[in-house]
Amino acid sequence: MLVAAAFAGSLAFIVILALYLRSKPILDTKPLSELLLNSSWLPSQGSFGLYPAILSTLYVTAIAMMIAVPLSILSAIYLAEYAKESLRRRVLPLVDLLAGIPPVVYGVWGVLTIVPFVAYIAPVVGSLGIPAAGAGRYSTGFSLLAGGIVLAIMVFPVIISITVQVFRSVPFEVREASLSMGATQWQTVKHALMRVALPGIAAAVILGFSRALGETMAVLMVVGNVFIVPSSVFDPAYPLPALIANNYGEMMSIPLYDSALLLAALILLLIILMFTLAARLILIRIERRVTVG
Amino acid sequence: MDRLLEERLFKVLMLSSLTMVVGSLFAVVAVVVLNGAPALTPSMLTQTPKGGYYLGKEGGILNAIIGSIYLAFGSVLLALLISIPAALSLQRDYIKKTKVAYSIRLSLDVLWGTPSIVYGAFGFTVMLYLGMRASLLGGIIVLTLLQIPIMIRAIDETVKLVPAELKETSYALGTTRFETTFKIVIIQVLPGIATAVLLAFGRSIGDAASILFTAGYTDNIPGSLLDPAASLPLAIFFQLGTPFPEVQQRAYASALVLLVIVLVVSVASRALGQRFSKHILR
Amino acid sequence: MPHISIRNLKVSYGAHNVLKDITVDIPDGQITAIIGPSGCGKTTLLKSLNRLIELQEEVKVNGKVLIDGDNVYDPQADILSLRKKVGFLSQKPCPLPMSIYDNIAFGPRIHGVKGKQILEQIEELEKHCPNNEVCPANTRNTARTHKNGEMDLLVECYLRLAGLWDEVKDRLRMPASKLSVGQQQRLALARTLSVKPEVILADEPTSSLDPVSARLIEEQFQMLKQNYTIVLVTHTLRQARRIADHAIFLYLGEMIEQGPASKVLCAPCEAKTCAYISGEIS
Repeated sequence: MLVAAAFAGSLAFIVILALYLRSKPILDTKPLSELLLNSSWLPSQGSFGLYPAILSTLYVTAIAMMIAVPLSILSAIYLAEYAKESLRRRVLPLVDLLAGIPPVVYGVWGVLTIVPFVAYIAPVVGSLGIPAAGAGRYSTGFSLLAGGIVLAIMVFPVIISITVQVFRSVPFEVREASLSMGATQWQTVKHALMRVALPGIAAAVILGFSRALGETMAVLMVVGNVFIVPSSVFDPAYPLPALIANNYGEMMSIPLYDSALLLAALILLLIILMFTLAARLILIRIERRVTVG
Repeated sequence: MDRLLEERLFKVLMLSSLTMVVGSLFAVVAVVVLNGAPALTPSMLTQTPKGGYYLGKEGGILNAIIGSIYLAFGSVLLALLISIPAALSLQRDYIKKTKVAYSIRLSLDVLWGTPSIVYGAFGFTVMLYLGMRASLLGGIIVLTLLQIPIMIRAIDETVKLVPAELKETSYALGTTRFETTFKIVIIQVLPGIATAVLLAFGRSIGDAASILFTAGYTDNIPGSLLDPAASLPLAIFFQLGTPFPEVQQRAYASALVLLVIVLVVSVASRALGQRFSKHILR
Repeated sequence: MPHISIRNLKVSYGAHNVLKDITVDIPDGQITAIIGPSGCGKTTLLKSLNRLIELQEEVKVNGKVLIDGDNVYDPQADILSLRKKVGFLSQKPCPLPMSIYDNIAFGPRIHGVKGKQILEQIEELEKHCPNNEVCPANTRNTARTHKNGEMDLLVECYLRLAGLWDEVKDRLRMPASKLSVGQQQRLALARTLSVKPEVILADEPTSSLDPVSARLIEEQFQMLKQNYTIVLVTHTLRQARRIADHAIFLYLGEMIEQGPASKVLCAPCEAKTCAYISGEIS
């Protein structure tokens, strides 16, 4: 029994160690800064610049969070503070259901609806002259924006369910105290509850962010997979997880190729572990406060 | 009064957000059903791909359905073998130092967030090291790793709910630690295990990134653990990637099959959790 | 001072009737104690007066509560000004999650009270409490010169009114949760008063306090009743005898007896009240 527990507990370290050992060859031959900041990815010529992939990952995640954070937090506040118990009991399972849908299905959905939608609006929005929207270029729809929208929907349930729990853990009396002075419900949320809930919301957002950062298949299917530094949200991109998924099978033929891809996996893993750890520590503190206070 | 205006404004914003969130769930389901249902024929569910299937010829995705079921069942079984003892040993009875249990829990929670593509890359690396080819076994092992944190923590949460008095009563009768754990505690934990199983089953049957390199893909139904195995998520992915509309149609139909499986499993786990928990001592 | 009349008030949670047809008048400018065994609906009656009861799930209210002739349950009624007019002090003191200063400033801020209005509020407060120096001349002068001086002054006045100023004047920016429970309850009282209520509802306000703090709160009530109508739910008969002018006895959701405290608490007419007073039912 204890062996099982020890194995489970150390799994994270085993994974990190294995990835590190395998990415060591490329770290030995090239400086990390070149790998991270160089934008030419020509494995056959021995050039492994991950910069465009790193940038793509950050962009697509940022777009997802810009959509998901406000929508999820507002929905969560409504569910936790405004909705009757009966509505909450009905909607929260639906949110859980949303979390259970496989990434590939989201990908199919994205290809069917979001990609054509983005292709349709790209020339319209582009002609408005918004800087990040590009200059009215043609877009296939397979783009950063499509990836961002699909990711956003995948992130909703993560942020919503944690935020609802965090709000429900604020003592009832705080609401009573604020409302009994004639505060509106929104004033109560904004001035009284938000202060208590803020660390928890931060944790929810971080967990959503990590989820978006590592999501592979759904993004892979709608993001276009072109190795460039994207200049507009309608450009295709090539995030790290997609890069690994598309190339890992063929990597054996070129020296250092697999090392470079495993380095990408390692970077992804370390970033996500760091964020998840921070979020978990925040949530543990909140849980303690609830059980003690 | 502007604060009343603010109240109303935010209420409208919140309601429209919630509508969009819930609406997106229905949109996903509706779009997949509407596109998938017309292409879903009995032969798709009962036949393996024939020659030229990926060009739009005869055949079905039975290989992927069976492969996915093998992968999911195998990995759930293996994960259970590790998770049940691991979760039970996180009790105070076995690990005296709370700090140790705390760190194991924390590391599992953190592991939960690991993207499946990383598991896939890790699994493939290990398989190369061991000289294994992409196979059903490889896929099962990687999916097991993916499930371990989910399962242990889900079971662990129900183990924590077992009343201390129950264990004390059992110890007072002169039972050993193992007797208490495997005869008394486990009864209380069974519904938790059932929910955990379904949760993990749903996650593993839908995951593609981790088995992309480890389980491989084949048009045949795997005959042994060392054969490569097809899977539904990858079937969807590959069919959608072809340039032929007929094959893309089949990808939608396959997505519908996967969606139905996953939704049935998650609704079942919810119903099961509620039904079981009635008989539990709190 | 407002006049509160309760007419045929029925409150139920789901299928459980908590209050069955209560009709009673609450005298102005007095302390009215609601007494009765636990679970008889005391707190429900109290919270019905400013509609805080509506925060509970599945609660149904029938009948009328008239404050100055207006039914507070009228669909057109302004719930925000009702709650401003009818303040509430909870059983367990609950500081808002902010500094001591902000706890007091919260009320005026949410109601948009600023600058000159604050000074007017302070003058009004002084008129109410001639023999209690809530606003010393030197602080009044600084209020004119400093930025936000008015709010500082207001905070000081209400903290003095609640007898808390000397204990907290050097640590106004400290989180209110760091105060002792007794101090927290006086802070809650000051906070309640800061929105200029006319009625104060108090739900066993001293039950979680030490005897010294409890006495301080009781003294505050004695002083405040000149200007406020106070309704107090109390769990101890001794407290009711000490400070109440009027008493209402509830038993299983029905009002058994009401009248001057001296009569209800010492020489009741009804058999059930007698039994409660003598300690036979509790």
